[in-house]
Amino acid sequence: MSNRNGEGVLSKGDFGEVRLEGVTKVYEKADQSQRVLDECTFSVERGKLTVLMGPSGCGKTVLINLVAGYERPTSGRILIDESPVDGPGSDRLVVFQETALFPWMTVYSNVIFGCQVQGVSRGETKERAGHILKKVGLYEFRDKYPSQLSGGMQRRAELARAMINDPKIMILDEPFRGLDAMTRQLMQEFYVGLFEEIGRTNLFVTHEIDEAIFLADRVVILTFQPGKVKAEIEIDLPRPREFHMLASPRFMEIREQVIDLLYEEASKAFAAGSKAAYDLMGAIVARKGACEKCE
Amino acid sequence: MEMIQELRLKREFKKVFNIRVLRGFLSIVMFVVLWQLVVFIKVPYLENLPYPKDVAAGAADAAGSRTYWFGWGISLIRIFVGFIMAQLIGIPLGLAMGISRTFKDFTFPVFEMLRPIPPIAWIPLAILFWPTRELSIYFLVFIGAFFIIVINVIQGVSNISVSLKWAASSLGARPKHIFWRILVPGSLPSIITGMTVGMGVTWNVLIAAEMIAGQGGLGRMTWEAYTNNNIPFIVVGMVSIGVAGYLCSTLVRWLGEKAMPWKKRF
Ligand SMILES: Nc1ncnc2c1ncn2[C@@H]1O[C@H](COP(=O)(O)OP(=O)(O)OP(=O)(O)O)[C@@H](O)[C@H]1O
Ligand SMILES: [Mg+2]
Repeated sequence: MSNRNGEGVLSKGDFGEVRLEGVTKVYEKADQSQRVLDECTFSVERGKLTVLMGPSGCGKTVLINLVAGYERPTSGRILIDESPVDGPGSDRLVVFQETALFPWMTVYSNVIFGCQVQGVSRGETKERAGHILKKVGLYEFRDKYPSQLSGGMQRRAELARAMINDPKIMILDEPFRGLDAMTRQLMQEFYVGLFEEIGRTNLFVTHEIDEAIFLADRVVILTFQPGKVKAEIEIDLPRPREFHMLASPRFMEIREQVIDLLYEEASKAFAAGSKAAYDLMGAIVARKGACEKCE
Repeated sequence: MEMIQELRLKREFKKVFNIRVLRGFLSIVMFVVLWQLVVFIKVPYLENLPYPKDVAAGAADAAGSRTYWFGWGISLIRIFVGFIMAQLIGIPLGLAMGISRTFKDFTFPVFEMLRPIPPIAWIPLAILFWPTRELSIYFLVFIGAFFIIVINVIQGVSNISVSLKWAASSLGARPKHIFWRILVPGSLPSIITGMTVGMGVTWNVLIAAEMIAGQGGLGRMTWEAYTNNNIPFIVVGMVSIGVAGYLCSTLVRWLGEKAMPWKKRF
């Protein structure tokens, strides 16, 4: 339980660290068992943004559900600040792949939900909510219901709802999925700015290669079936990050490296007949072409 | 530019709306004319049908009589007592069955055994079982709404996406928060559906019960008009029952809209 009342509303507090040690997840189906994650070992460092990548179906969402505590690993351990994960807790906040705003609450009620259930005082709740809603640009929309917002606004509302709790760890599963390219780019810029201001520990899943590199301190790439850690790449681009970095030589270099690693796995997933993997392949091939041209 | 477009849209809407109202009005006029014609030319088997004006006279008589409005009152009270009891017992039961697997395993089989029995089939037993006729009618109305609301609440709870519950617990919600702030509002749309359908069924059951066992009420009045061979009044009774049912459904729909402001889109 983290319920600190830092001086700032978005506190620069004690963030957590996640360690996965030999995490394996096997799903038993009717007569066969599927090994989704196999001996995953890596850590999500304190105050850093770690991006998890891998082809569709490689077990990213499963891994996140384990870290969040919704499911348990078949074997191996997940440690948060040296203590093993035992069910969900408000020290870790999850922004899901699909929108999980409560449809029956206004934006404001959604955002203050965490404060209310944790018994934060009214005055403080109000102050924090006002601050965060302004931060994500939804203050004017606080009395709307989620269904009345655009996709990008819904995403921001969800980020606000998560951040108001000042969690030690933020876990985001493709939070910008389904947004149009322009909105997505704005959200990335917005999020990277927010991260750089607060510096919270982040575990961030995405399919988008540029998004991954632009945001990350480190990219962890999973293999396809079973999901193992294939590579960990440190992203040494300077912070604060800005969009023109996407054209910098260093960015291109890293991207080339990431693409080569992903390409292998994506083709495996493609051979396994996954439609989503096909889409990823398409994207990678297009980028490879673009990269070769620009050299 | 946009405002002009909007204005044009509004005007267009008004025009269409007016035409449609006019058509609706015409359809009613045509119905009455056809009715008049059928009686006038004495279509076989329909010779006993009263003229529209006789029914109108009957309606005017009824509107001035105290017993007629008493009938309304008695029927409405029966509907509301039975219906509200069904909600008070059915909603918590459905929530419990939707939440607890163990509880559902113990209760659902019996529930499923009784559910397919049409409510009207309960009439004889209800009359024997309850000490007064009034209580038997309340009970029958209750049965009419009860099974429907329970099944809808169970459905509603199971339709709530697991990621909403996960999101809530990740925000620090404890079971009581999840119950009151996620499960209850999340199943509200199904509850309202169950209430709307249930309201329709209760009127069916009430009228049957009143005709067989009741003293007073719209159903009984219609039946007595039949035994007195007062055909205009039979029709007045039928129309009154229709109007009453419609008003009750509208009330439930209105309550639903009030209870679920997030369903309104604009
Ligand atoms: N509860 C479950 N029971 C059985 N199998 C599951 C379960 N959850 C996930 N899986 C399987 O685990 C594999 C990985 O799924 P997961 O959702 O983690 O993929 P992902 O990497 O998040 O893909 P995407 O990028 O498309 O979201 C899939 O093959 C899926 O069928
Ligand atoms: Mg996923």
